[in-house]
Amino acid sequence: MSTTTTAPVDIFTEKIERGENIEPRDPMPEEYRRHLIRQISQHAHSEVIGMQPEGNWITRAPSLRSKMILLAKIQDEGGHGLYLYSAAETLGISREEMIEQLQTGKARYSSVFNYPALTWADIGAIGWLVDGAAIVNQVMLQRTSYGPYARAMVRICKEESFHQRQGYEIMAKMAAGTPEQHEMAQDALNRWWAPALMMFGPSDKDSLHSKQAFLWKIKRESNDALRQKFIDKTVQQAEVIGLKIPDPDLRFNEETGHYDTGPLNWDEFHRVINGDGPCNRQRVEHHVRVHEEGRWVREAAQKVLSFEF
Amino acid sequence: MTKTDALFHYCLRLGDDAVILGHRLAELCSRGPFLEEDLALTNIALDYTGRAELFFQYAAELEGKGHSADDLVYRRPERRYYNHLLCERPNVDFGHTIVRQFLFSVYDRYLLEELGAAKDTRLAEIAVKALKETRYHLSHAADWMVRLGRGTEESHRRVQQALNDLWTYTGELFEMDDVDLLLLEHGIAADLHTLRALWQAEVKQTLDRAGLQRPADGYMQTGSRKGIHSEHLGHLLAEMQYLVRTYPQAAW
Amino acid sequence: MDTQLDLWEVFVQSKPGQPYKHAGSVHASDKLMALQNARDVYTRRGEASGLWVVRAADIVASNLADHDMFFDPANDKIYRHPTFYQVPEGAKNI
Repeated sequence: MSTTTTAPVDIFTEKIERGENIEPRDPMPEEYRRHLIRQISQHAHSEVIGMQPEGNWITRAPSLRSKMILLAKIQDEGGHGLYLYSAAETLGISREEMIEQLQTGKARYSSVFNYPALTWADIGAIGWLVDGAAIVNQVMLQRTSYGPYARAMVRICKEESFHQRQGYEIMAKMAAGTPEQHEMAQDALNRWWAPALMMFGPSDKDSLHSKQAFLWKIKRESNDALRQKFIDKTVQQAEVIGLKIPDPDLRFNEETGHYDTGPLNWDEFHRVINGDGPCNRQRVEHHVRVHEEGRWVREAAQKVLSFEF
Repeated sequence: MTKTDALFHYCLRLGDDAVILGHRLAELCSRGPFLEEDLALTNIALDYTGRAELFFQYAAELEGKGHSADDLVYRRPERRYYNHLLCERPNVDFGHTIVRQFLFSVYDRYLLEELGAAKDTRLAEIAVKALKETRYHLSHAADWMVRLGRGTEESHRRVQQALNDLWTYTGELFEMDDVDLLLLEHGIAADLHTLRALWQAEVKQTLDRAGLQRPADGYMQTGSRKGIHSEHLGHLLAEMQYLVRTYPQAAW
Repeated sequence: MDTQLDLWEVFVQSKPGQPYKHAGSVHASDKLMALQNARDVYTRRGEASGLWVVRAADIVASNLADHDMFFDPANDKIYRHPTFYQVPEGAKNI
């Protein structure tokens, strides 16, 4: 054994310090691997579960154009789930295992998808706010330290650019439409605003977990900073289409150059993420049911594995 | 009936097949047996919805009453829908979905090949574009027929059952009425009697490969050429047309 | 045990004549399905003129532990690069 060989842990640390990506076969601390598996699989599950609230409106989309756009968007989300499962699989976990974790509640998904999509305006609000918030986070993750995750994010960001626009377009049309449409649009904004802001998670300035993620360069900006970014760009967008952000404390702070907002209801956040949101059970049950219904198909395909067409 | 009337009806029928089958496939979004197949089915749904729009745009122009493609889709009652009964059959399970897709895609492939040479430029252009999509749908569906037919005992049983259930809706694909005959004289419509033999041969070939039994030609369901449907279509339309009918003044 | 089918790596060629680049992976039971799934997952925006799929298990990759032995010896062979050579002033097309 050569004396000049660098210890695996040093190779890892040096690469991180130089700002290089870590690749699947590189040495990495077990905690880094575990942290990534948790984060990437949670991200993948969010994309997949996120298909459901929007899927709720595919068969009721009011025009051929809107139906195709919505289908393509939800399909993209499935695709993004796939890119992320792919990235997680390079860390030595199988998709079977990840799905099992999702279905048994061991793995989570973004809590925002536990809210119902009640009217067509919700499709607008989800695209505008939920995708809008996700994009802020994903732009940061394009520079995350794990190579396959960062590359998946680059692809996802490129594809997501139309998602937020389609949502905003629906909101703009409805806000400028009949009084009933305007009311639906405002109502959807009222219901989705806070859940969208909470997508960034509670403040992590004192979180040890986040500190470690910063050191490993998995995460590069704090939850609060990302949330503020999202608020600052979204307030103006609401004004342009004549909708009101549902926050009586919202005001522009000349000193900081940012919008100040009222407190968020973190009790609700914890309640929903721990299982008592309006749709938690429905979302997981849907996933389990579809998975079970698909079992015989997967088994058949696996059986003819060696069959040459 | 003028040639334009006939062509309007012809496009309407083609559009109806596409929009209704596309809708059934769209229902499957987030319900695929695994994620890759979920995306595959959505792609097919998108192809059909896209071509429906092209057929309806043309139909609306031929009709000349100032309707849009969306008007034809979202404001037309069930008795004036002319999609084949096969297209409105519910998804039931992946076996039914694949068998429906396979039987229709074989038909669609030969139909579009014919229409690609139609003496109507607009229709021919749509057919040429759609044919590329359909050739892919067909290979996707035929591969699955073989996988399911030769897979497990359960998959064989299910796909054979679906085939038996859906066979009675295939006779209608080859029915011809005044619309077809008039357009045929002008070199526009496809001759479905010739097509039938091609369809039967290709279906048989894949069934043999899949180890599946071709059902006997018993009674064949009929009605859609006259707008007589199964009870399923009314529910499908009630859902699809809900927003437009609830808020008739609104634009989306 | 549930199955999500086998893992395949996907390589996409973006234009004719371009090299194939790794795009990600898909699950599939056989070659045809792998190719179709790769098409539906990685080329939804018309970004491809060619696709390769290969079973992940069949890929042999270099190891970072062997990095020194594998790649460093190539670093000092500068005579393999055209800029190593001096060309007399005025010579053209070389």
